[in-house]
Amino acid sequence: MIEERFDAIVVGAGMAGNAAALTMAEGGMKVLQLERGEYSGSKNVQGAILYADMLEKLVPDFREDAPLERHLVEQRFWMMDDRSHTGLHYRSEDFNEEKPNRYTIIRAQFDKWFSQKVREAGATVLCETTVTDLVRDDSGKVIGVKTDRRDGEIHGDIVVLAEGVNGMLGTRAGLRERPKPEKVALAVKEMHFLPRETIEARFNLRGDEGVVIEAVGTISRGMTGMGFIYANKECISLGIGCLVADFQRTGETPYGLLDRFKRHPSVAPLIEGSEVKEYSAHLIPEGGFKAIPQLYGKGWVVIGDAAQLNNTIHREGSNLAMTSGRIAAEAILKIKSRAQPMIPQNLALYKKMLDESFVIKDLRKYKDMPALMHTRSQNFFLTYPQLVSKAMQNFVRVDGTPKIDKEKLTLKSFTNARSRSGLFGDAFRLVRAWR
Amino acid sequence: MPIELFTRVEDKLFNNRYLVDTGRPHIKVRPHAKPSPQLLSMLKACPARCYELSEDGQVEATVDGCIECGTCRIICEESGDIEWSYPRGGYGVLFKFG
Ligand SMILES: Cc1cc2nc3c(=O)[nH]c(=O)nc-3n(C[C@H](O)[C@H](O)[C@H](O)COP(=O)(O)OP(=O)(O)OC[C@H]3O[C@@H](n4cnc5c(N)ncnc54)[C@H](O)[C@@H]3O)c2cc1C
Ligand code: SF4
Repeated sequence: MIEERFDAIVVGAGMAGNAAALTMAEGGMKVLQLERGEYSGSKNVQGAILYADMLEKLVPDFREDAPLERHLVEQRFWMMDDRSHTGLHYRSEDFNEEKPNRYTIIRAQFDKWFSQKVREAGATVLCETTVTDLVRDDSGKVIGVKTDRRDGEIHGDIVVLAEGVNGMLGTRAGLRERPKPEKVALAVKEMHFLPRETIEARFNLRGDEGVVIEAVGTISRGMTGMGFIYANKECISLGIGCLVADFQRTGETPYGLLDRFKRHPSVAPLIEGSEVKEYSAHLIPEGGFKAIPQLYGKGWVVIGDAAQLNNTIHREGSNLAMTSGRIAAEAILKIKSRAQPMIPQNLALYKKMLDESFVIKDLRKYKDMPALMHTRSQNFFLTYPQLVSKAMQNFVRVDGTPKIDKEKLTLKSFTNARSRSGLFGDAFRLVRAWR
Repeated sequence: MPIELFTRVEDKLFNNRYLVDTGRPHIKVRPHAKPSPQLLSMLKACPARCYELSEDGQVEATVDGCIECGTCRIICEESGDIEWSYPRGGYGVLFKFG
């Protein structure tokens, strides 16, 4: 056993773990952070959009040296059928501001930088170390961790579980459930490299301006899922994710979906001639508010994806991870400053503070969306995109048909596919879940 | 069409960096007479195509190319079809971009 004792042990050096370790180390605690990868980021996959506000609260001057790719000036939503897309584009010069609001990043590089900040704040960061178990005393209180190093047991006053969506420690210890196939999505992603000028020309960008595209429709073959295309400086992140339960049910392959997405006539020209340098995959928590587990206990707290704190409607996760990590750390610092023990009565402060933040407020707002999207995936991800596409083509194509007949045709195609009550039902359910 | 665009999974994985823990696979399939539906679904659902059907009808896993997504754990661990863990610290896939 490593004799040294720590005030806090953080498992994982992703967005949540780094935020927590940084905050506690800055607050003067003796922090040990353990990461199984060769370096922070070497196991992590993200789209990836970084939200400035949540990082600014941790590293106020991050813009000076963080590895940022492009600041976003444009967001595109695509509803796709097999041959077309109907798009909503929002672009604003306002996003060319002094302190931009959102950036694209490359996770492996960003995490390395973030981890450096954690070290500079005084935390001990031990990589290439997989935590294999939690250590508890007779009363069941977590008092440390076991690792796969020789003599790998280490003790600390509190263990912060920041192990990500597939966290096995918390589930093995019975602190929370293993995610169910209908509550997690599997995303696959590729990095497509192209010359900078080519990316800027194809996406209509100047300098460090960036664009992201989110796409739904027949690309997910009726499964609950989404495609994404993010412009970085010299590469394009392109991927698609669907619920694990849907993959299981349909027998679609993740790489098959990805290749079909790449082949789509709206996508292929964007990546033509590119060199693919990496293929990755990762789970995303999709259960939302109702899937949030117990967040604290005797000698432990859980943060980030491991606690299912992920807003899939807005594709936000890293900012919830960073915020929950920071809030947990602030709660722990407060408890420590009062010289109180790390027991549930005291750690409830973390949940109280989290409940008051945007993290829980946002997740609560969408508490009914995951179930709706899942049970109605055929309608939302297959039928409607096809209908919208048909309607748009009908609207745009000029062929001598009187407009009144065109409108009737469009309406008919909707009611044929979903019946009036079906349409109203879906709309009603959507509005109710959205509120 | 550019050459690199549509490739086999094996070729996709070829671009990735790995440090393989030789002789210590982190995922093991429990011996079985007839594969469960969960195990069978892994033939398609694993993004790295680590699961294959052997000639005698068993599902086998070769995890050298595993990208550690956890999908097989979510689908197959509960039924006891597989024993799943992360590779030892430092081993496994090493993302340069992620
Ligand atoms: C394809 C994709 C696209 C996404 N796009 C976006 C986006 O655009 N914007 C956004 O905000 N969010 C996005 N997300 C979500 C975001 O990536 C996550 O919400 C975020 O990374 C969660 O942070 P975390 O620290 O909780 O977990 P992670 O970042 O997954 O970190 C967990 C860490 O713990 C380590 N670890 C796990 N187990 C152990 C162990 N036993 N011992 C030691 N170390 C361990 C891992 O190696 C890892 O470093 C996306 C996710 C995916 C998969
Ligand atoms: S963890 Fe993912 S990549 Fe690895 S074997 Fe399981 S499903 Fe395949």
